[in-house]
Amino acid sequence: MNMINTIAIHEFKSLFLSPLAWTVLAILQAILAYIFLTQVETFNLIQPKLATIEGAPGLTDIVVIPLFSNAAIILLLVTPLLTMRLICEDRRNKTLSLLMSAPISSADIIIGKYLGSLGLLLILVVLITLMPLSLLVGCELDMGKLFSNLLALMLLVTAFTSTGLFMSTIAGHPTVAAMGTFGVLLLLWILDWTTSMNDQRSELLEYLSILRHFQNLQSGQLNTADISYFLLFTMTFLFLGISSLNKDRL
Amino acid sequence: MAYLIEAKQLCRYYGKYRAVNDVSFSLAKGEILGFLGPNGAGKTTTMQMLSGNLAPSSGQIKINGFDLLDQPLMAKKSLGYLPDTPPLYKDLSVKEFLNYCAQLHGVAKNNMTQCINHSMERCGLTDVSQRLIDNLSKGYQQRVGIAQAILHNPDVIILDEPTVGLDPIQIKEIRTLIRELGQEHGVILSTHHLSEVQESCTHVQIIHQGQLVLNESIEGLNHSLNTGSLLVSTRLMPDTEVLLTIPGVNSVEPITDNKFIIHYCVSEDPCQQITETIITKGWGLQELSPIKKSLEDIFISLTHTSDS
Repeated sequence: MNMINTIAIHEFKSLFLSPLAWTVLAILQAILAYIFLTQVETFNLIQPKLATIEGAPGLTDIVVIPLFSNAAIILLLVTPLLTMRLICEDRRNKTLSLLMSAPISSADIIIGKYLGSLGLLLILVVLITLMPLSLLVGCELDMGKLFSNLLALMLLVTAFTSTGLFMSTIAGHPTVAAMGTFGVLLLLWILDWTTSMNDQRSELLEYLSILRHFQNLQSGQLNTADISYFLLFTMTFLFLGISSLNKDRL
Repeated sequence: MAYLIEAKQLCRYYGKYRAVNDVSFSLAKGEILGFLGPNGAGKTTTMQMLSGNLAPSSGQIKINGFDLLDQPLMAKKSLGYLPDTPPLYKDLSVKEFLNYCAQLHGVAKNNMTQCINHSMERCGLTDVSQRLIDNLSKGYQQRVGIAQAILHNPDVIILDEPTVGLDPIQIKEIRTLIRELGQEHGVILSTHHLSEVQESCTHVQIIHQGQLVLNESIEGLNHSLNTGSLLVSTRLMPDTEVLLTIPGVNSVEPITDNKFIIHYCVSEDPCQQITETIITKGWGLQELSPIKKSLEDIFISLTHTSDS
């Protein structure tokens, strides 16, 4: 546990030593702020019409849900870039042997690196959440829905990061890792698109799709099935990462 | 005596290529083992296996009594390793980096500053402790690598070509450091500089094409070298047939017309007789100097004989 902490803290700090973390935080914040303001503007425009409709979507539905959906798509692009260097760069710079010859298990290395980079992404998620929270100054929000959106995005980044870490463990070059992560995540994202086109529904594809589970959580339904999907997803890739790091020695 | 390292019948395949073949040896406290071999002989592979970076295809490694495969964490606790490329996080300063290494090796918090300062002192890094590793010269980076390996005061120190990229003064310092370390620890160092082994090691191993061709202590090695050589130059051309009749002379190897090397058997010591013969025959002795047999000769003769 101690070692996991040490590695995680080092990993987290070293993200901020390069301009990468700052750039990602700044750019994402700027883009999402723009999206957020657009949604607030939209709400302002259609508010009079909404007032006349019974059971119309509220502020949370119009501002928070699109903001978090867009954030999810942007994170799909950004997470691979943040995670591509984790193990891959260590291997290329030969610093991996420092970790391998120290009294640390592969699980410690993987989980430590995972938590370190997850830290940055969680900061990102919290910063995104601060935007709708600023509306509390003059409006009321559906806090339950906001919370479930926050949870959904957090679970999503835990899953994204684990995939990225695994890809970084098996890839020989960071860009390959990034491309691989992006490919896998995007495929899982669009997996159930075909099911909406014809009448036949594939239960399996629907279950595997990240988007489906993410949307379920976003809508405010806290399903054990959805939450455990993300947790299983994360654990699977972490386990794969640990075993492929072990295989490195063979 | 309990051995710090016991390696038994190590083999390592890369695909079908056998990089290390049936290598067994042991290392006790107070020994400095020099690992010699030409490029691609399997030195680094063996070192990587000893440090737990590479699993042997077959064979067993015990470090301080713990099996490296069964109890890797216990075994690695007594291990300090400098790979052939020093493993450095270049965006950290020397002190930050060593601090991280100390944490990774589980050095106790109250002991950490002392450990770091001590190893920086030993490797001459105190003046650059605040500088970024990236901005240091290659020699200094190599020293940081060594500092990292001895930081946690491990029982076994494995150094893969520790003097690469250092200037002659630094090399001398590092050799002194290695000798110092060898008094309280077990040190393995790989190199292709033979003089380094002669100067700082107590034991020598030569590996060639994945196999150990020599495993001997330095004294034993010097003792077993029964042949000596003399460089002789004369004014007139000597008759080699006459020289060969002197008991103890094995061969005469001409270099130029008046210059030649005489190989002889040390136990019979024919030097005096050679001198007398040359003088009485009136060839005009101009130079007679012993050639010190170096590891180089052994190295070359060993690696060549196993080729043929």
